[in-house]
Amino acid sequence: MSSSEPERIVIVGASLAGLRGAETLRRMGFTGSLTIVGDEPHEPYDRPPLSKAALTSWVPPEHTGLPRLADLGDVDWRLGVAAAALDRRAREVVLADGTRLPYDRVLIATGVRNRPWPHAGQAALTGVRGIRTREDSRVIRDLLDAGPRRVLVVGAGFTGSEVASICRQRDLPVTVVERAENPLVGPLGGVVGEVAAGLQRAAGVDLRGNVTVEALEGSGGRFRAASLSDGTTVEAGLAVIALGALRNTEWLADSGLACGPLGVSCDPGGRAYAVNGMAVDDVFAAGDVARFPHALYEYEFLALEHWQNAVVGAQVAAHNMICDDPDRRAHISVPAFWSVQFGTNIKSVGVPTLADQILVTQGSAKEGRFAAAYTEGDRVVAAVTFNHGRYLEYYRHLIETASPAPAPVGEAEGNVPEDPRFPDPGTPYELPTVVVSGRSPTSMEARRVPAGKDQR
Amino acid sequence: MKLVVDLAVCQGYAQCAFLAPDAFRIYGEEALLYDPQPDDQLRDRVLQAAAACPVQAIAVELERP
Repeated sequence: MSSSEPERIVIVGASLAGLRGAETLRRMGFTGSLTIVGDEPHEPYDRPPLSKAALTSWVPPEHTGLPRLADLGDVDWRLGVAAAALDRRAREVVLADGTRLPYDRVLIATGVRNRPWPHAGQAALTGVRGIRTREDSRVIRDLLDAGPRRVLVVGAGFTGSEVASICRQRDLPVTVVERAENPLVGPLGGVVGEVAAGLQRAAGVDLRGNVTVEALEGSGGRFRAASLSDGTTVEAGLAVIALGALRNTEWLADSGLACGPLGVSCDPGGRAYAVNGMAVDDVFAAGDVARFPHALYEYEFLALEHWQNAVVGAQVAAHNMICDDPDRRAHISVPAFWSVQFGTNIKSVGVPTLADQILVTQGSAKEGRFAAAYTEGDRVVAAVTFNHGRYLEYYRHLIETASPAPAPVGEAEGNVPEDPRFPDPGTPYELPTVVVSGRSPTSMEARRVPAGKDQR
Repeated sequence: MKLVVDLAVCQGYAQCAFLAPDAFRIYGEEALLYDPQPDDQLRDRVLQAAAACPVQAIAVELERP
């Protein structure tokens, strides 16, 4: 705790990062006024279950409130109202209803929202829905309960694939349409995408790769069918739009912070950068909306849509907001995420999109049970496991120590490295959940390496 | 009661699914699904499950005064 403690802290964003940040402030002994702003009318809840257990009959979407892991004391919750601007000169957060909240320190944790279906009229049809909030999950679950003759999933990233898995679990026919050849190609590459496609087809999913949806058609205001780029039509009772996420930074447009579609740029300790590339002392960012240079990846700026990144990033930022300068810490944990689909536990550590080679080191990719190391040059930069989660810790250690890939063992013996087949960064596939975005706080260049490899 | 599992930490040991099967279920070979707000009657079992987790991945909300 700093000798010159701030008196007023405002946290903008009432989801996982906002909550964990608030807990850290109180746990460290911050006794000043704490305000948490959220555009949804709910106290913080957990989102990962919304596309998984909450779509079954077991766990209602309302059962996703996040536990509080520390006593928050007095909190001024401003829920159901979005932040509209950050006035750094006055040191005030301006809300959509005109309220001005003065701060000594502010934490930006406004996260992401779904990329909307591009045609507003089609998106407004009953039975067309993305999944991000509790309400989305409730609506989609009710539509699934009504027993649609078929479900259409647009986009085969993690969320879309998880929804398709739930449909098959519930014995509903489902068609998945994906712009890339296979599912999960954006985040994990084409080699692993082939394995993911095998899982989907074995579960009875009608998977259409290299195809896009051209129009969603309705009658009487209800979604009825989709026409696809290959000239076919899919009749369905529900269309789940899963086209990735957009970062909620528009409210900061006039703040003078280095922010944009790739997130709010901040230093490894969460301090936001201004447009002149200088760190700001009283504005911090954490969670999906933050973009920070990562020490393990040569200080490339990364934006990570991962659960654990929201937790750790918020804890680091909150700590740094109220401690003395020499006590500040950096956010250096290895990125990690998980997904559950088609009876398979998919876990990953590191940044797969940086890799130029992939090597299946354990198990069998054909059988959908394996561990694979992603390498760039001679070091492991990421790993993925399908039902091999217990080995992931070992790969995390390899990443942290910049080690080479281990020799394949067991069933994987004799495997050789191959191109992981990431799509051309210029192609608008659903975004990977890790965005590698260059080395400058203000450049905002979206790119993935390697460039010029064997790409479609 | 509210709980959350850090699934990046979870290793699928499944101790929780044996101790509190109404709150934790193993899906497929090693994935964990859980009810983040199980019935209060399950409290003792859930606390046992959280304590027994070999990697301490389960966080349960403190009792609110």
